Amino acid sequence: MNFKGRDIISIKDFSKAEINYILECSKKMVPYAKGEKYTNILKDRVLSSLFFEPSTRTRLSFESAMNRLGGRVIGFSDPSGTSQKKGESLADTIRMADSYSDVIVVRHPQEGAARLAAEFADVPVLNAGDGAGRHPTQCLLDLFTILTEKKKIEKNKIALLGDLKYGRTVHSLAYALSLYGVELTFVSPESLKMPKEVINECKELGAEPRSTSSLEKAISDADVLYVTRIQKERFPDAEEYNRVVGIYKIDNDLLKHARKDIIVMHPLPRVTEINPEVDKTPHALYFKQAFNGVPVRMALLSLISGGRL
Amino acid sequence: MRELKIQTIKNGSVIDHITAGNAVKVLHILGIPRTSSSTVSVAMNVKSKFGKKDIVKVENRELDPQEVDKIALIAPKATINIIRDFEVAEKHKVKLPKEISGIVRCSNPTCVSNFNEPVESRFIVIREDPPRIKCYFCEREPEDIAERII
Repeated sequence: MNFKGRDIISIKDFSKAEINYILECSKKMVPYAKGEKYTNILKDRVLSSLFFEPSTRTRLSFESAMNRLGGRVIGFSDPSGTSQKKGESLADTIRMADSYSDVIVVRHPQEGAARLAAEFADVPVLNAGDGAGRHPTQCLLDLFTILTEKKKIEKNKIALLGDLKYGRTVHSLAYALSLYGVELTFVSPESLKMPKEVINECKELGAEPRSTSSLEKAISDADVLYVTRIQKERFPDAEEYNRVVGIYKIDNDLLKHARKDIIVMHPLPRVTEINPEVDKTPHALYFKQAFNGVPVRMALLSLISGGRL
Repeated sequence: MRELKIQTIKNGSVIDHITAGNAVKVLHILGIPRTSSSTVSVAMNVKSKFGKKDIVKVENRELDPQEVDKIALIAPKATINIIRDFEVAEKHKVKLPKEISGIVRCSNPTCVSNFNEPVESRFIVIREDPPRIKCYFCEREPEDIAERII
């Protein structure tokens, strides 16, 4: 399978076989991501890390991934110090990064920004999140986490919880999980339901997702509980946000009603939706999930750059 | 004899079977009369076997069927008749191209194509009739395409 020069914009650009291949490569990257082994396969390559929106995990894990592969990173984590402030278009910023580096990682508040970036760059572009749109590398690391913990993705019962309307990770994830024929349950308040077009896409792939507002009901037979934050920054008005914030809370009492081997995932940052007491239980997978961002992004960077271990 | 609401034309193009009420939008999509000095006749809400329809006649200009295909977005059943010396010389049914650029505005206010970037709006056609399209950039499907014509 050849990924050299390919953009990573949307999980929908990849077949199931290609996703499986990326996950296999990610597994091989784990000892390198942990610093137990060393490689220089991307020596002298330069990555542009363009973050027009705040990020902790995505940016740091991309930068860690490039460094662990022997490459170097340039870029910014706050656009206020760039020519965007002077009114420069994203297209022109991308043209510059294209001439300064071998690969571009971009996070931007506008949906479709990464696809636009890919139009103006000759080097490969990786989408690190575009507004409420897509976040393919998060989706891949989520799949990798389920695969490594449950030994397979297929046939798991997976509940996606929280902000299913504005949450970009759950849209990509619902699509990808449908490729694997998992049993999906969408749990959200009425006002934050999964958009109809995402549900239709899942159905077109043969999935039959259920929707409910009852967390207790959904958790009883779930193998994986995927929790998301109600994102204040995506709400058009504060009143709607206040009505739903804090509506679901995961704590040890709730998890008593779940399967013993349920894993709780979260793309982070969390605010109040998971009680810190859960962190110490074997259910808590979210920190390991965050680490998995490094091997998965190492795999993607090496694949699209043509580097081989 | 049936009374003709608009005259037959000697040479030119007739766009027939336009979804009733959409003739003006069809002209807008085709850039008529902006790109042409031809005489243009429009008949709206004309009774036909299948209910009401609109008809557009453009005199002394043969429209390129491929260029007209994009009107399938709002008139998927339209036909283009090329008239020569009062006879129908060619007849085509419109067929949506795989991609549509610069005609429809994305319905997503936070889509990058709605900001100050040097790109035209661009849509991938998912289904032809009734038409379904999705934004190339943000993947949003506009619900009411006719309302989104630029």
